[in-house]
Amino acid sequence: MSNKPSKLKILTNGILNENPVLRLVLGTCPTLATSTMASNGIGMGLAATFVLLCSNIVISALRKVIPDQVRIPCYITVIAGFVSVVQMLVKAFVPALDSALGVYLPLIVVNCIILGRAEMFASKNGVFDSALDGIGMGIGFTITLTLMGTIREILGSGTWMSGLDGLFPFLPDGFAIQVLPESIDPFTIMTSAPGGFFVFGVMMAAATWLTTRPKKEKTSAPAETAEGGNA
Amino acid sequence: MNAMHLASIFFTMILVDNYVLVKFLGICPFLGVSKKLDSAVGMSLAVTFVMVLATAATWPIQMFLLTPASGAWDLGYLQTIVFILIIAILVQLLENILKKFIPALYKALGVYLPLITTNCTILGVTVLNIDNGYNFLESIVCAAGAGLGFLVAMVLFSGVRRKVEEAVTPKCFEGLPITLVAAAVTSLSFMGFGGIIESIFGA
Repeated sequence: MSNKPSKLKILTNGILNENPVLRLVLGTCPTLATSTMASNGIGMGLAATFVLLCSNIVISALRKVIPDQVRIPCYITVIAGFVSVVQMLVKAFVPALDSALGVYLPLIVVNCIILGRAEMFASKNGVFDSALDGIGMGIGFTITLTLMGTIREILGSGTWMSGLDGLFPFLPDGFAIQVLPESIDPFTIMTSAPGGFFVFGVMMAAATWLTTRPKKEKTSAPAETAEGGNA
Repeated sequence: MNAMHLASIFFTMILVDNYVLVKFLGICPFLGVSKKLDSAVGMSLAVTFVMVLATAATWPIQMFLLTPASGAWDLGYLQTIVFILIIAILVQLLENILKKFIPALYKALGVYLPLITTNCTILGVTVLNIDNGYNFLESIVCAAGAGLGFLVAMVLFSGVRRKVEEAVTPKCFEGLPITLVAAAVTSLSFMGFGGIIESIFGA
């Protein structure tokens, strides 16, 4: 990143070039676990985006107040606070999403995208830039989850966007788009664990191909960032 | 009967509900640290240790402080904050104690400890124990099983990974993507365990 990246650059960075899931390899657990259906991907993505935006704003506003030695516990407390807010909101207004995401909703606390952005971006940049970064990363995360959910849902159960009526109450009950004709047996392994790993691997290869195609010598970049990733 | 019930929870956590390969918890250390066998074992042992400790600490807090059985008050909404802080404190405490009193163990596990706070298996196992309504003993057994399941997955996968690393792959699949495809195959083999525990222990 150059010294003075434009505001637009910060916002769009998270979508492909520094896509948190496919390029930085952060937040893999919720990615694999909640992308069985496109609608779950949207829900998880939006919940994480909200937490990311709020925690980035608060942490960057407090970056001069928080002592360096105890910054990680401070960040975690801020993030856990916002996750609790999201948990309560989701439980109250979208109970269908709450039961679909289950334990992965409180686990947003340990989603390394959020802590990672707090450490890498919000602790060094101003409030407005951090907010933009939070939104960009959140959108990148949501798009990736939705795309992965789409692939897995279409191959695994033949439908698309089923369960979206739980997210948006104005849709009719049992809303779903039948993509594969019923005569084709769905490839159920796609909605279970092995399919998740497989689709994730293929998508990561595609992202590597897309981002490194014009330039050379950068193919090994995602493998290196994976080394630094924890949690 | 009780021992059978506990054994069934224990083996289910290792084989059928394996946290890494079936429930997708702790994928980051699984991908990051499984390159070498000895670091995979070190990380898994540290995780198991913290899991059991964290469960032993969070279960009584949930049952007696947050949501007491008498129903006098309900602070259940504080669960996420309280649990993650307890885990963070516990990890820090453990690091200091090991450094001071058991330096040999600290040398072996020390580098993995800071990574554990943000490892979702730990928070996951403590929250799931409460959600499943396990009693204290069941929770501890479940945490130990989950930790050992993590160990099994890490050790198996570090072997798979060494082979994959030598293989010639298309350029864009190099590194992590092909590792994930290998993880898919490993995970597929664990699906074969479905139902086996029920038939052995009759639970």
